[in-house]
Amino acid sequence: MTTLDQLQPGEKAQIVRIDGVDGIAARLREMGFVAGESVQYVRRAPLGDPVKCAIHGCRVAVRSGEAQRVLVEPQH
Amino acid sequence: MATAPTDSSSSPSAARIALVGNPNTGKSTLFNALAGMSVRTGNYPGVTIEKKLGRCVLVEESVDLLDLPGTYSLAPRSPDELVAVEVLTGEVVGEPPVDVIVCVVNATQLRRNLFLVSQLLELGKPVVIALNMIDSSSARGVTIDTERLSEQLGVPVVATSATKRRGIDELRQAVESQLGIDCSAEQVSRRVLPDLFYKIRDEFRQTLSGPNSASSSERVGLPSDYLIERMLLDQGGEAERRFVSGQGSDARRSEVNAALADCRQRLNDQLGDPIELECNARYAWAAENLTGVVSDVGALSGKMTDRLDAVLTHRLGGLVFFFLVMFLIFQSIYSLAGWPMDLIDGTTSWFADLVTSVLAPGVLRSLITDGVIAGVGGVLIFLPQIALLFFFLAILEDCGYMSRAAFLVDRVMMAFGLSGKSFLPMMSSFACAVPGVMATRVIENRRDRLATIMVAPLMSCSARLPVYLLLIAAFIPSLTYLGGWLSLPAMVLMAMYLIGVVAAIPVAWILKKTLLRGEVAPFVLELPEYRVPSLRVVLTRVWDASLAFVVRAGTLIFAASILIWFAGFWPGDHSRQYELQQQLATAVADSDQALALQAELRGESAQLLERSLLGRIGHRIEPIVAPLGWDWKIGVGALASFPAREVIIATLGTIYSLGGDAEEAGLVGALQKSTYPNGDPVYSIPVALSVMVFFALCAQCVSTLLVIRRETNSWFWPVLSFSYMTILAYVCALLTYQVGSRLF
Repeated sequence: MTTLDQLQPGEKAQIVRIDGVDGIAARLREMGFVAGESVQYVRRAPLGDPVKCAIHGCRVAVRSGEAQRVLVEPQH
Repeated sequence: MATAPTDSSSSPSAARIALVGNPNTGKSTLFNALAGMSVRTGNYPGVTIEKKLGRCVLVEESVDLLDLPGTYSLAPRSPDELVAVEVLTGEVVGEPPVDVIVCVVNATQLRRNLFLVSQLLELGKPVVIALNMIDSSSARGVTIDTERLSEQLGVPVVATSATKRRGIDELRQAVESQLGIDCSAEQVSRRVLPDLFYKIRDEFRQTLSGPNSASSSERVGLPSDYLIERMLLDQGGEAERRFVSGQGSDARRSEVNAALADCRQRLNDQLGDPIELECNARYAWAAENLTGVVSDVGALSGKMTDRLDAVLTHRLGGLVFFFLVMFLIFQSIYSLAGWPMDLIDGTTSWFADLVTSVLAPGVLRSLITDGVIAGVGGVLIFLPQIALLFFFLAILEDCGYMSRAAFLVDRVMMAFGLSGKSFLPMMSSFACAVPGVMATRVIENRRDRLATIMVAPLMSCSARLPVYLLLIAAFIPSLTYLGGWLSLPAMVLMAMYLIGVVAAIPVAWILKKTLLRGEVAPFVLELPEYRVPSLRVVLTRVWDASLAFVVRAGTLIFAASILIWFAGFWPGDHSRQYELQQQLATAVADSDQALALQAELRGESAQLLERSLLGRIGHRIEPIVAPLGWDWKIGVGALASFPAREVIIATLGTIYSLGGDAEEAGLVGALQKSTYPNGDPVYSIPVALSVMVFFALCAQCVSTLLVIRRETNSWFWPVLSFSYMTILAYVCALLTYQVGSRLF
C-alpha cells in the first residue's frame, strides 16, 4: 500500500482510504475519492506541484499534500 | 432590461426556480438561455456570493430564476456556502422560498454529478434534472436512457445542450409541470443514507428541542432537517459552527456540543465514520442508479484532451505556451484598446467642449465639465481594456485552458499563501485592478479570494504608467550600460513594476496568518475537457462585465467626482475666472491677446485651487509630506489624485499653470524648473523616486475601492485596503527619500 503522490506517471491504483476529517478530506471525498474507486496518476505540473490524476471519468488536479492523504493499492 | 434597480421588479407572487450544479456543467449558459437579458445581480447580506436573478417565461407561468454558485456538494464549510444551502432550504431572511430546483448535470460526468443530485433530493422540493452537454456525450458514442434515469430517480430528466440551445423548451415544460407539487411525502423514499442515520438525526433534533434542554426561549429557531443532517456529518463544518455560536448561553452551547458529540459517537459505532458514510452511500447510490442507464460508465473520454495536455502542461512546452498566451493577451489589451480609448477620450472632450460652448462660465459649467465629464469620462476610458480583458478571460475559461493555467502556476502562488486560481486576477491587475478584483470571482474559497482582492491593487496598473513615465522623463538620466542593452530609465520602470509584486508576498502572507487565517483551502481543481469556445458565451460575459463596470462603479464614481470637484472649487470667488473664460471665448484663437488671457486664466485657476478646501488641506498636510521630500503641491496632487492616480498629472499641470497631460513635455520642464521660495529645486532624483514609489504602492483609486466594496459586500475591506496601502506607500516613500537623499 502506498499514497497517491508516490505513484509513477500513468500508473493506476485502487483507493483504500482517505485520511482526515477536515475540509480537504471532505472535498476529496465529494470529488469522488472514495474507497474502492480506481484512480490514475497522470503527471506532475512542470514546477513539481500539483498532480494531475484521473478519477471516474474526470481529470482532477490535487496538491501533493492532498494526494498524500489518499491511500492506494497499485494495480498491475 | 438588464438594469432593473431593485428586487421589487420581481413580482412577489411569482414562483422561484433555483439553478444548481457542479462547476463546468454549462450552468451559466443554461441560465442565460432561460433568462435571456433579464438579469440583475446583487449580494446576499453579509457574504460575498453574488445573487443573480433573472425573469423567465416557462410555458404560461412567468417565474424568477435564481442562479447559485457552482458547487460539488451541499456541505457548507464557509458562511458563503451556507447561504447557498439556506437559499435552497428557504432559511434566508427576506428571501422567498425556492419552489423548484433545477439541477444542471454534465452528461459526460454523470456519476460524479449525481452526488449533488442525491443531496438535493433530500431537501423535499421538486427537482428537475437538466442533462446538459448531451451533445458532447453522444458525440463520443455514449448513450443515456433519460427515461429510465427519470424513473430511477423519480424526477423529470431533460436532455439539453445550452450552447446549441437544444432541449430548452422541454426543460421549461418540465419545470412548469413541477410547480406547486408537494414533495414532502417523497422525502422519505428519496433518502440515500441508511435509515439508521435518519433515526439518529431525528433523535438529535429531538434533543435540541426537547424538554430537557434549557429555557424554552433558547429552543426556537432550529434549522431545517437538512442542516441538522449537515451538523452531524460535517465535523467543523459551517452548519455546526453557526448553530453552536448562535446559542444564547455557554451552558446551552456545551449542551449542544455534548448532544452532537454523543450522536456522532453513536453514528460512528453503528455505521462507521460519518464522512465516509455519506460519500460512500451517495457514490454507491449513483452507481446503482446508472446501471442500465448509461452505455459507458466512468471511462475517461476525450483522447484529444490528453494529447493537448501532454503539450500544454509539458515541463517546458507548457510553460513556454503559458507565457506566450499571457504575453499576447496583455500585448493586445494595450494595442487593441488604443483606438477605442482615443474614441472615448475624444468623445468626452467633444462633449466638454459642447457644454463649454453652450453654457456660460459658472458653477454649473464647472460642475459638468470639471466634475462630471472629467470624473466619469476618466472612468469610462478603462472600458475598452476591461471588455478586452474579459473577452480573453472568457475564451480561456470556456475552452478549458484557464484551469490549466492555474495548474501550471499553483506552485508559484503558494509562495503568496494563495493558489493557482489567484494568478489571473493578479495578472489582470497589471492592466487595471478593477477587472482584476472582479476576476477573483473564480476563486471559490472566501479567504483566498479576499487575500487576492487585498493584494491585487499592488500590481502596477496602467494608470501608474503615466506617472512613472512623466517623472522618469524629467529626472532619471538616460544612461545606458552593456553597450546600450540596459538603460537606466527602463530599469527604474521595471523596478516600479517589481516593487508591487515584492510587496504583495508579505502582505498576502500576513493576511493569511491573521485576519484570513483558517483551514488551508483544498486545492482540488477539475481540469475540464478542451472545447471550442462558444461565441455567445464569450460575448455574454463581456457584456455582463462591461455593464457591471459602467452601471455600478459608474454611479458611485459619479458621486465621488462631484465631491472632489467641490473640494477643489469651494470656497473661492470665481467671478474673475468666469470673466477671463468669457473673454477667451470671444478672443481670436492664438492671438497675443488670447495667449495673455490663457496665461492669466491659468494663474487665476491655480490661485483658486490653492485657496480652495483642497489647497488649504494641501498646506495643512505639508508637514506630513515634507519628510518624503515633497512640497505642498505634490501633497495636493497626491490628495487630489484620490479618485484616480493619473489625476496627479492633471493636478500638477494645473498647479504649475500648465494645461495638463496634453503638454507633458511642458510639464517635464516645469517640474525640472520648479523651486522652493529660497531658490532650491523642489525635485531631485530621490524626490522623484519617492513620488514614484508612493504611487506604486498607494490606493489612490476610487474605482478600485468601490469595486472592492461591491465584491466583498462590506466597507471593511476597502477601508483596510486603503489604510494598509497608504501606510505602506508612505513608509516606503519615506525610506526611499531619506536613504536616497543621503546617497546622492
